[in-house]
Amino acid sequence: MKAKTADKIATAVFYAVAGLVVLILAFLLGYILLAGLPKLSWHFLAAPAQAFSAGGGIGIQLFNSFYLLVLAMLISFPIALGAGIYLNEYAKQNWITNVVRTAIEILSSLPSVVVGLFGFLLFVVQFKLGFSILSGALALTFFNLPLLTRSVETSLASIPNLQREAGLALGLSRWETVTKVILPAAVPSILTGVILSAGRVFGEAAALIYTSGQSAPALNFADWNPFNIASPLNPLRPAETLAVHIWKINSEGIMPDASAVSAGASAVLVIAVLLFNFLARWLGNRLYKRLTAND
Amino acid sequence: MDKIKTQLQQTSQATHSERRGRLISLSALSLIVLVVIAIFWFVATKGLATFFENHVDFWSFLSGKTWDPGVKNASGQPLFGALPMIVGSFLITVLAALVATPFAIGTAVFMNEIEPRHGAKIIQPVTELLVGIPSVVYGFIGLSVVVPLVRNTFGGSGFGILSGTVVLFIMILPTVTSMTADALKSVPRYYREASLALGATRWQTIYKVVLRAATPGILTAVVFGMARAFGEALAVQMVVGNAALLPQNLVSPSSTLTSVLTQGIGNTVMGSLQNNALWSLALVLLVMSLVFNLVIRLIGRKGALR
Repeated sequence: MKAKTADKIATAVFYAVAGLVVLILAFLLGYILLAGLPKLSWHFLAAPAQAFSAGGGIGIQLFNSFYLLVLAMLISFPIALGAGIYLNEYAKQNWITNVVRTAIEILSSLPSVVVGLFGFLLFVVQFKLGFSILSGALALTFFNLPLLTRSVETSLASIPNLQREAGLALGLSRWETVTKVILPAAVPSILTGVILSAGRVFGEAAALIYTSGQSAPALNFADWNPFNIASPLNPLRPAETLAVHIWKINSEGIMPDASAVSAGASAVLVIAVLLFNFLARWLGNRLYKRLTAND
Repeated sequence: MDKIKTQLQQTSQATHSERRGRLISLSALSLIVLVVIAIFWFVATKGLATFFENHVDFWSFLSGKTWDPGVKNASGQPLFGALPMIVGSFLITVLAALVATPFAIGTAVFMNEIEPRHGAKIIQPVTELLVGIPSVVYGFIGLSVVVPLVRNTFGGSGFGILSGTVVLFIMILPTVTSMTADALKSVPRYYREASLALGATRWQTIYKVVLRAATPGILTAVVFGMARAFGEALAVQMVVGNAALLPQNLVSPSSTLTSVLTQGIGNTVMGSLQNNALWSLALVLLVMSLVFNLVIRLIGRKGALR
């Protein structure tokens, strides 16, 4: 009965290991939320940050994070969509396609710090855009493109070939088949991919510290002309995001209530990521039911 | 007659839109490839400038123990010893992977083979959720929980390789776990049935059949986690102590390639020797990420052969 004893011991060990991991993960989530949630208030979410005194908020950083996310998505989504369509619908199975796929894979595995440094070199220094939202959004685009392309491609690949044949049989061109038949069918899973990558972009910091900068100048939220320097919409102003803010106040150590502010800001980041996840699941399911009449 | 002829011979509107669409999507794809080439070109030219323009000896860069870009040594060579950072990066990566692998495999086996119900319903969604948590949050937790813990247990400042390892271990654990679980899931069901039918216990089935069949997938997961740990910048920078010294022990302040980069780029002048040296570090990072990529491919190819 030695084998049976070993089996029992092994089972117990697996229970212990899994239990420990669950404890670690639960502690992680619990710590972030328990430490951060009490700090959250309307004032904290809306007020500008204070560099040298306690009681500052994260208002401008929060806005910057969302604005940067929207800009990065606006730039990267069309490119990823086009690239995904070409890879799945047009590209032949040959060595060029293989090289392209490898290149995309390499881009997705590059450390985000390297992507940020490249953005710094190209946009901030070479194109003289300075530390600006635009530089940040472009760096985030590079960071985001490979994964988004991947998710568009797999979404398109999951649409059965019957649909393509049906489109072509109706006399549609390949491009028309893709845009009128395949894309609408793939919308739910593409959307899920977009939202999930939005969560990643929202929390990214290493690619941003040298592209969108580490300062958050005061904004005038009554001025929506993108050409004014104090306008929140101006794409050429430096913009510290929430994730960068957490890093900066912790490594500088000037702010007296840095740990409280970072706890609150971490909770906001994590809640945002959770919301993106739930939104992706919910919207994906709902759209799927809608579009396939499975309600 | 002529009208019909021209109509038939002209390219139709559908052909025009087809060509346009194909061109648009192809240019989008080319743009991505162009970006990859540009990244390599820029980082390589900047990183190699240290050796070709500033004539720093490549070998002394890799093996030198002192990183003090402003100072020159007796023979007039600037002190660019990157060894402390390279050692720091590798040490943290390998240690984090060593700690994370057994936990990840244990959890993945648990949620796939032992308690599939709870696994699929609770553990898997939670791990997938944790994959998306921003790295600065891990860094902040490291700073407010791990560093004090290490300080109180082992003395010293609490900043160092050990804290970095713990933070990275927690950070890559969800990634490695969920990828390992996928690898286990792709082992066909009849492998298990055949083993159980031979009278093997569940542990024997897991150990002799399932884990062996899933080895390539598990290795891929671990290398992927290592690549992520190696390239992680801010979470490590916050807890590692940032002293460019060879690590004396696990709790002495040290640094990694990424931590020196994040701190240094803003404090040096573009084009100066000090700045070029930092780009050489970035080049090392880039090359290492290529190596990880290559290893994952090799594992995939070997796994496919069997």
